[in-house]
Amino acid sequence: MYWKETMRQMNDIGIGSLVIVGIISIFIGAVTAVQFSYQLQGGFIPDYYIGYIVRDSTIIEMAPTITCLVLAGKVGSNMAAEIGGMRQKEHIDAMEIMGVNTAAYLILPKLIAAVVVIPMLVFLAAFVSIIGGYLASVPTGIITDTDYVRGLRSFFDSYNIFMMFVKAVVFAFLLTSISCYQGYYVKGGSIELGQASTQAVVLSDILILFADYLIALLLTS
Amino acid sequence: MIKVENIKKSFGKVEVLQGISCNFLPGKTNLIIGRSGAGKTVLLKILVGLFTPTAGKVWYNDTDFFQLNKAQRRAIRMDVGMLFQGSALFDSLTVEQNIRFPLDMFTNKTKKEKLMRVNDCLARVNLDGSNDKFPSEISGGMQKRVGIARSIVLEPKYLFCDEPNSGLDPKTSIVIDELIKSITIENNITTVINTHDMNSVMEIGDNIALLYKGELVWQGNKDEVLDTDNQILQDFIFASPFLQRLRSAALAK
Ligand SMILES: Nc1ncnc2c1ncn2[C@@H]1O[C@H](COP(=O)(O)OP(=O)(O)OP(=O)(O)O)[C@@H](O)[C@H]1O
Ligand SMILES: [Mg+2]
Repeated sequence: MYWKETMRQMNDIGIGSLVIVGIISIFIGAVTAVQFSYQLQGGFIPDYYIGYIVRDSTIIEMAPTITCLVLAGKVGSNMAAEIGGMRQKEHIDAMEIMGVNTAAYLILPKLIAAVVVIPMLVFLAAFVSIIGGYLASVPTGIITDTDYVRGLRSFFDSYNIFMMFVKAVVFAFLLTSISCYQGYYVKGGSIELGQASTQAVVLSDILILFADYLIALLLTS
Repeated sequence: MIKVENIKKSFGKVEVLQGISCNFLPGKTNLIIGRSGAGKTVLLKILVGLFTPTAGKVWYNDTDFFQLNKAQRRAIRMDVGMLFQGSALFDSLTVEQNIRFPLDMFTNKTKKEKLMRVNDCLARVNLDGSNDKFPSEISGGMQKRVGIARSIVLEPKYLFCDEPNSGLDPKTSIVIDELIKSITIENNITTVINTHDMNSVMEIGDNIALLYKGELVWQGNKDEVLDTDNQILQDFIFASPFLQRLRSAALAK
C-alpha cells in the first residue's frame, strides 16, 4: 500500500514537473550566458569562460535553488491543499479510526518520493540549463561552438555535483515536510485551507534560501 | 463493553460535556439521544479518541483508552468501525475502493477474496453493483450506506454511528436501523448510535442515554421511554403537537 502510493507520488512530482522545470532551466542557462558575456566585453577574460560559468553557476546554485523554489510553489502547495482537504473532510479522522497511522501513511510516501525524484529533476535542470546557455550563445554568435564546449570542460570539479545533490535532497525534504505539516494541522474551512497552502510555499521558500546559505557556508569552508 | 466515567469536555471556556458516566453494552444497539448541540458528536468522538476529554475515563473492557500510547490505540481501533455524520468517504476513490481500503491496509487477502468481501458488504447495505461509482455520483443516503459497509468490512467489535439516518427518508431510515441492529446481534458488536430520530429510538433503543446541554439526564430502554415522567425526555420525544395528542389519546385509553 505504501509502495504503491510512493510510486504514484513519484509519478506526480517527477513527470508532472518535467515541463515547467525544462522551460525554466532553458531560460536560466540562456540568461546566465547572455549576462556573463555582457560582463566579459572588453575585458581580459577569455570567451570560453562563458561555458565554464554557465556550467558551474547552474550546478552549484541555479539548478537546485530555483528548481526547488518553483517546486515549492507547484508541489508544496498541492501537498498542503491535498492533505488539508482530507483533514477538513474528516478523511484523516476516518483513517485514524480504522487504525491507520495517518501521519506515516499520508506524509512518508510524499517525503520519500520527493527526496528521490527532486534531485533527479535538479540534475535534469542543470543539464538543460547548459543546453540553454549553448542555444543562447552559439547560434547568436556570442561565442563559437568550440569555445563553449571548451569552457564546459575546463576546471571541472565533481565536488560541485556533490554539492548540488546535497542541496537538492535538503530542499526536497524541507519543502515536503513543511507543506505536509501545514496541511495536516489545518483547521477551519476553505479560507484557512488557502492560507495553509500559501503559508506552505512562503515558509518553504524562506527555509530553502536559508538552508542554501548554510550549505554554502558549510560545504565551501 | 465500553464504560465512560465522569467524562468532561471543554472547548475554551465552554463546557460541552459536564461529567457523563454510562455503559455501552455488547450485542445491543446503544443510543445517545439529545437535541442538536447537546454534545452527542463530541461524546462519540471522545469514545473513539478523536477528542481527548478534559477529565474522565473511557474503558474498553478492562483497558483505560486514554492511558494507551498511539500504537496501542491503533491496535484497539482495528476492532472499531465508525460511520461519520458526513460519511467521510474518500472522494477520489470509488465505492469499491472505499470499502476495500481497510482490507488493503490491514489484511493480506488476495484480490479476489477482497472483492468478495467488498461485494458481501455492498449486498448487506443493498448497494450491489455500485462498485465503480464515485461518492459524488451517489445520493446522500447511498453514501451513508457505503459508509456503513466500509465500517463493517473488517468485522469490528465496536461500531459507532453518528446520525446514521439523518437526511434519509423514513423507509430508508428503517432499513438502515434494521441493518445496524442485525449486524450488532449477529456479531455481538458493541454499537453506539447518535440519533435524534424518534423511530430509531422506539425501534432499536436497547439502551438509551439522553443528553441535555452536556449532561446525562435519563437512561433506559425503549419500553421505559413511554412511561417516563422525566420532563426533558417527554419534551424531546413528544416534541410535536401531533405526537402529544397521540400520547394523550393513548394514555386516555
Ligand atoms: N471542535 C469544536 N470546537 C469548539 N466547540 C465545539 C467543537 N465541536 C463541538 N463544539 C460545540 O459542542 C457542542 C456540542 O456539539 P455536538 O457536535 O456534539 O452536538 P450534537 O449533539 O452532535 O448536535 P447535532 O445533533 O446537531 O449533530 C456545540 O455547542 C458545539 O458548538
Ligand atoms: Mg452531531
